[in-house]
Amino acid sequence: MNRVLTNERVISTGEAIREGLEEAAADDPDVIFLAEGVEDPNAVYGTLKGIGQRIGSHRMIEMPLSENALCGVAIGAAMAGKRPVISFHRVEFALLAMEQMVNNAAKAHYVSNGQHRVPLVMRLVVGRGWGQGPAHSQSFETMFASVPGLKVVMPVFAADAKGMMAAAVRDNNPVISIESRWAHYLHGHVPEGLYVEALDGPRRLREGQAATVVATSYMTLEAMRAADTLQQQGVSVDLFDLRLLRPLRLEAIRESVRRTGRLLTVDTGFRLYGAGAEIAADITEHCFAALKAAPRRLGLPDHPTPSSRGLVVNYYPDALRIVEALAGLLDLPAEVETNARQALIAARGDLPVDVPDQYFRGPF
Amino acid sequence: MTQTSLPLFEHMLYIRLVEEEIAARYGAPGQPQEMRCPVHLSIGQEATAVGVCAALTDQDHAYSTHRCHAHYLAKGGLLDPMLGEIYGKQTGCVGGRGGSMHLMDTRVGMHASIPIVSSVIPLAVGAALAMKMDGLDSLSAVFFGDGAMEEGAWHEAANFARLRALPVLFVCENNLYSVYTPLHLRQPDGALARFAQAHALPIWQADGMDVEATHTAATAAVASIRAGKGPAVMLLDTYRFREHCGPNDDDPLGYREPGELAAWHRRDPVTAQRARLIERGDATAAALDALQQRLAAEISAGFERARAAPLPGPSAAADHVYADEPA
Repeated sequence: MNRVLTNERVISTGEAIREGLEEAAADDPDVIFLAEGVEDPNAVYGTLKGIGQRIGSHRMIEMPLSENALCGVAIGAAMAGKRPVISFHRVEFALLAMEQMVNNAAKAHYVSNGQHRVPLVMRLVVGRGWGQGPAHSQSFETMFASVPGLKVVMPVFAADAKGMMAAAVRDNNPVISIESRWAHYLHGHVPEGLYVEALDGPRRLREGQAATVVATSYMTLEAMRAADTLQQQGVSVDLFDLRLLRPLRLEAIRESVRRTGRLLTVDTGFRLYGAGAEIAADITEHCFAALKAAPRRLGLPDHPTPSSRGLVVNYYPDALRIVEALAGLLDLPAEVETNARQALIAARGDLPVDVPDQYFRGPF
Repeated sequence: MTQTSLPLFEHMLYIRLVEEEIAARYGAPGQPQEMRCPVHLSIGQEATAVGVCAALTDQDHAYSTHRCHAHYLAKGGLLDPMLGEIYGKQTGCVGGRGGSMHLMDTRVGMHASIPIVSSVIPLAVGAALAMKMDGLDSLSAVFFGDGAMEEGAWHEAANFARLRALPVLFVCENNLYSVYTPLHLRQPDGALARFAQAHALPIWQADGMDVEATHTAATAAVASIRAGKGPAVMLLDTYRFREHCGPNDDDPLGYREPGELAAWHRRDPVTAQRARLIERGDATAAALDALQQRLAAEISAGFERARAAPLPGPSAAADHVYADEPA
């Protein structure tokens, strides 16, 4: 699953999402876009900007503030042959559409015994930082991933974002894409033109022997930083970006754990009932004999997201906590952990906790 | 498309006989219960389904609710897939995946029945959006009850449909009750019409117990939509003769006003249309009796086929979770 990138073009993940959507829409006249502010000056953080100019504004449908109907209308249009892409500026707004997502989008194919299909992309943006607080920063990926009939993707890197977005548009099933707002600022090498990446499973980002680390969305960046810092101390981990929560394809993770014997998961969402819980359970079931230590999980603590930068200090796992968790999991010498910790603390400097770290700007 | 009065009657009678046969066989004393799913009978509400669907073409979509038996049959759905579904058999219209609350058949334009109140309304509007974008002449008709107009999804969908002048026919069958709760405990007086007016939707009001009046109103509403004037609302007064869910008369529970059920029975749409046909000389009583006997025999045979059909095996339960992928 390693990409061979021959071009040097670097764009942001946000721009890559826009390109993926635009190219898929230009390729298929049935693709339509519905959102609140679908062509406003912001155009969903720029991710829909200019698409109407290319494909025609009649395919860009402004929606009233009616999230449930927005979703239901898109499902009905999908059942009638369209391929709608709907965008929610925050996951929490999409909760108003949960009934349509769960009862109709996820089930129309099944309950019609295959007569209907719902080719629909639902984009949900996760806020973080700058005091966004309890109703603007929840991720909830496992809530959606627990529903049969839905697909759930969480691209974070720019090329993945472009290719998986195009694949989602072409998919004949409802696909929920949960996008970290902070991930929009990442940069990476991205192919030009129509570029499709199959929705087929996790991607290995680093090869290593000491432990298997599986992270979702923005946490993949923190895990990558932790892995690279430990690498400088001579400790290598096998790092995966999960990319897909449903369908959940864990064969590569199992194969890795059979070699490393150790698993750490890092969730963008709540630790309790998180993706890490499912992965740890699967690995325990399938790789029990290979495990040298109990799997460990990092994720959000068991309380809502507070707004104040004073309260949010320990809320999100970061590279430092991932290093600490790996030190415990691997029983690393104190000196190794201390060196890695100090390197991370020095690199981070006095950056406030509520803004993205420029380290994560890339290009990756 | 307009229909003459006799076919309207025949279709209503057929639906009535099917539903009465369901009621008679559903948990009949001394008989094994073979229809093992909830049933929401349309007995008393046949005129709205038949009057509206007779104004639609095969290309038009229809959408319905938990109480979908009459809509399914009125739109042209066949008996065997319906009964197969209610009996949970392989022959069911959705292979036993849905039961009585999910009757559908895309081949006759019966696109979905959804038992969550108002949930189906945005689907119908979305289909209308697709039709309009594709320049089709068809429309999307969605049936719902008085309770659905209390839901946000109705208001959201109605606003959007009006905003974009979509070809949608919103058909509100006001049967005065949500389960046991009367309309006046749920809405201020006259709210149904005001809800439609609030969204600048033209209203066609008709006696939903009179199939000809309903059909005339539906034909006019459909003509308005096809003329490009945007969505329309039908407000049809009707009445559910049986319990909300199940085969029984539930009048003894006392939630209806005393004498109310009997008064509505005197307006029974099937009986009234029969009397009208005879009075006008459109048919003789003997001919209508013969028709009823013929339909009853057909229906009875259909029930026996449903009973004899095989159950689906558990291996099919995981089919069709995702399109284009093996289970």
